[in-house]
Amino acid sequence: MATKTMPQDQAAAKNRPRGPQKCEIHLQVNGRTEKIWVEPRRTLLDALRLDLGLTGTKKVCDEGQCGACTVILDEQPVYACLTLAIECEGRPIETIEGLAQDGRLHPIQEAFIAQDALQCGFCTPGQIMSLKAFLAKNPRPSLAEIKRAVSGNLCRCGAYLRIAQAGLEAARRLAAEHKP
Amino acid sequence: MKRVIKTQTEFEGRIYEEHVVIEGQGLEAWPQDASLKIVGQPQPRIDGAARVTGQAHYTYDIRLPGMLYGAILRSPHAHARLLAINTERARALPGVQLILTHENIPEIPWGNGQTRLLDTTLCYAGDEVACVVARDPDIARDALELIEVEYQQLPWVLDPLAALEPGEPQVYQRGDLEAGFKAADIVLERSFRTQTALHNCLETHGSVAYWEGDQLTVWDSTQHIFGVRQGLAAALGLSLNKVRVIKKYMGGGFGSKNRLGKYTVLAALAARRLGRPVQLMLSRKEENLAAGNRHATVQRLKLGAKRDGSLTAISLKAWAAVGAYGFAMAVGGPVRQLYRCANLRTEEYGVRTNTGPNSAFRAPGYVEGAFALESALDELAHELNIDPLELRLKNYTERDQIMDKPYSSKGLGQAYRRGAELIGWRKRGHTPAGAKLRRGFGMASQIWGGGGGPPAHALCKLNPDGTALVISGTQDLGTGTKTVLAQIAAEELGFPLEAISVEIGDTRGPYAPLSAGSMTVSSVGPAVRMAAHDARQQLLEVAAQLLETRPAELSIAEGYLIAPGGRRVALKELLADKLGQFIIIGRGARGPNPEDRRVNTFGAQFAEVEVDLDTGAVRVLRLVAVHESGRVINPLTIGSQIEGGIIQGLGFALLEGRVVDRNRGIVLNANLEDYKIPTMLDVPPINHEMIDLADTYANNLGAKGIGEPAIIPTAAAIANAVYDAIGVRLTELPLRRAAILQL
Ligand code: FES
Ligand code: FES
Repeated sequence: MATKTMPQDQAAAKNRPRGPQKCEIHLQVNGRTEKIWVEPRRTLLDALRLDLGLTGTKKVCDEGQCGACTVILDEQPVYACLTLAIECEGRPIETIEGLAQDGRLHPIQEAFIAQDALQCGFCTPGQIMSLKAFLAKNPRPSLAEIKRAVSGNLCRCGAYLRIAQAGLEAARRLAAEHKP
Repeated sequence: MKRVIKTQTEFEGRIYEEHVVIEGQGLEAWPQDASLKIVGQPQPRIDGAARVTGQAHYTYDIRLPGMLYGAILRSPHAHARLLAINTERARALPGVQLILTHENIPEIPWGNGQTRLLDTTLCYAGDEVACVVARDPDIARDALELIEVEYQQLPWVLDPLAALEPGEPQVYQRGDLEAGFKAADIVLERSFRTQTALHNCLETHGSVAYWEGDQLTVWDSTQHIFGVRQGLAAALGLSLNKVRVIKKYMGGGFGSKNRLGKYTVLAALAARRLGRPVQLMLSRKEENLAAGNRHATVQRLKLGAKRDGSLTAISLKAWAAVGAYGFAMAVGGPVRQLYRCANLRTEEYGVRTNTGPNSAFRAPGYVEGAFALESALDELAHELNIDPLELRLKNYTERDQIMDKPYSSKGLGQAYRRGAELIGWRKRGHTPAGAKLRRGFGMASQIWGGGGGPPAHALCKLNPDGTALVISGTQDLGTGTKTVLAQIAAEELGFPLEAISVEIGDTRGPYAPLSAGSMTVSSVGPAVRMAAHDARQQLLEVAAQLLETRPAELSIAEGYLIAPGGRRVALKELLADKLGQFIIIGRGARGPNPEDRRVNTFGAQFAEVEVDLDTGAVRVLRLVAVHESGRVINPLTIGSQIEGGIIQGLGFALLEGRVVDRNRGIVLNANLEDYKIPTMLDVPPINHEMIDLADTYANNLGAKGIGEPAIIPTAAAIANAVYDAIGVRLTELPLRRAAILQL
């Protein structure tokens, strides 16, 4: 049986069984709360791309094999295609659209352009989000650590060596920014 | 003045004689020592920001008001006849808008008439059966499961050698083969096999179609917008002016997106019927079943040589498993072109199998052919006790032997020398006998077209504020085309790079060919240079009148007009302030190819590997690549192209291969888990350099292509290094651990 939830009653909604019909979900994406009305089977990836029009996060395999759909959920990189939107109720989600601020690129994005760490760019949002989550925890990484951090992100164009270099450069840029 | 001329063009190893229209005055090529300011400098991509922010809209990302989503039902059998189809339950599912089957669409011939858009004879597991359109992609997929189909299974074949009716062979012959083998001191005969490889572009194939009245607009993830326009018009009985095809950004193509796809026509048919936009993107699985592949080959190669290594005869018989509706690529290309050999014959068969049709895949035919030829040559070198590099130099040719013309430029000799230096070829050691970890070195070489040709057109519009827009109907697959075209226009105009925008990927722009054959820069680039030149001439005419001088007294540098006496005048001040809104439109077209030269690209790659005899694991320690593709326009993006090609070559050598179940004819690894493409951790250091030669015969830039050359020799170089390490020749790709463990 479907249970109707009150929009204002989000905390309670979290614990109540919902579905299989459509239900209301609140997604906190890039600092804003969005309300969508979807079936519980809706993946976070489809919720972003189809329901919220945030198409920067890419769908490549839709089964957790490529990393193109990587977003940051509760500060952890996750495959959005393997995460249900309904699991994300009220949890902070960061997508590629949230990185540049006031038209200014994020240092990781700048490093990707400078190193030419992309060709077609289809894997790029996922690579950048993986690196962002990684660098937040490891501000001074080695090249080998960077490689491991993005080893779950496939790139068919073969930009790998440059992605690794961009990771190093991004770490340098971020460190310089955080200096007092 | 327009001129119709006959010209020879090469596309993916085959030569075509065509009539083309040439216009405008040809420009002299920039000489080798021209002092260029923007061309030749490393330039980050001009669309980099769009790509790193998620703002770039790929076909998959197009969202239009009222848009519906399509999904395709595919045959589960390798060969079957469709006896009955019932869509009643599927249609009853709320949200389903339309189901297209062979019963309710027109008969549209497909694949040169071999089949139809939706046919009742299904020739591979994955062949299209029906198409559902629904409000939501989830609903569309649910509906697929509710369609009931009755199939009658038919006999099928998977192995090219077991197939009953090979097509007519493509035969090429020169000299006297028998005499050539008779003159040989040594004859080496070997068989090689290469696997079916899947492109796995990260953006799957797909389209969005919508109609406004009788005007069809299609967004397509394609390498050939004009080809899609022509194919769609023919399939739907429309005139060309009613069809517009757009491709802004695409997530890879690698040759698999050269042609019109069934999904495009289905989306257009459904959109017309429903009066709403329809998006139809393939799933990853469909991508691996039905979106093309590099055909598997079986090659029997025979080499004859003198004791000193000079080749006296080569013969090749090759079979390519082209799948259900495919066609054979030029597997014999390297044999015909790479080395000097007077007596030679190639015989190539395309063999139908009940598997997904092949398509072009980055240097189609040449990657497969180079593996066989370069492996065999390596073995010949060992038999004759000649250094493999020396053997190649022994058979070096300065002339193309098919047309008997000199090459427009050939930097392969320099590439050999430089590559050998970088890898330490002369100093390479040998693993002591008995060691379990064995080191080896190998090398291989490459020839490819990449010279491009006409027709290709461009416009260059100058704005009154001193900025410019370059327009051409070409496409950027991720190769960096836009940036390179901007550099060319900026150089010719005397503008800074930031003043140039580039608009491509729309059939409303002037015609440009498909982005394949490594010919985009060499076809479209010269047209852009000419368009910029034309715009510049017009600008100088206008400026001269405003400044009361003669055009010849003026020049442009860094976006400023340089007046007599060296006075710098900002274009904006001169044009916008005096003339207000107006634009100058420069036109450019690609000139003809040289009559008396053959334009090719060359390169050599070297590999160092370590083979673990206990586990069979091959670890590539280092790759060196040195290529000659004429003038380098953007050293930054050309490096990306080379690395990308090499990494795909490495995947082909060691990891990749479609697996088909022999008992059912079903693909077992149609996903990115079981089909192994290289990951970050598979990639060794890659050291690459260009022999930067202006090929002044080739075109007005002196530039040729690089996209495909980079992948051609990689697998062969790795295989030769493995031989060097273990002393046993593996003749089948990918090089499998199991094969090494069985030694
Ligand atoms: S799309 Fe999510 S891992 Fe591939
Ligand atoms: S840049 Fe194309 S897949 Fe990574």
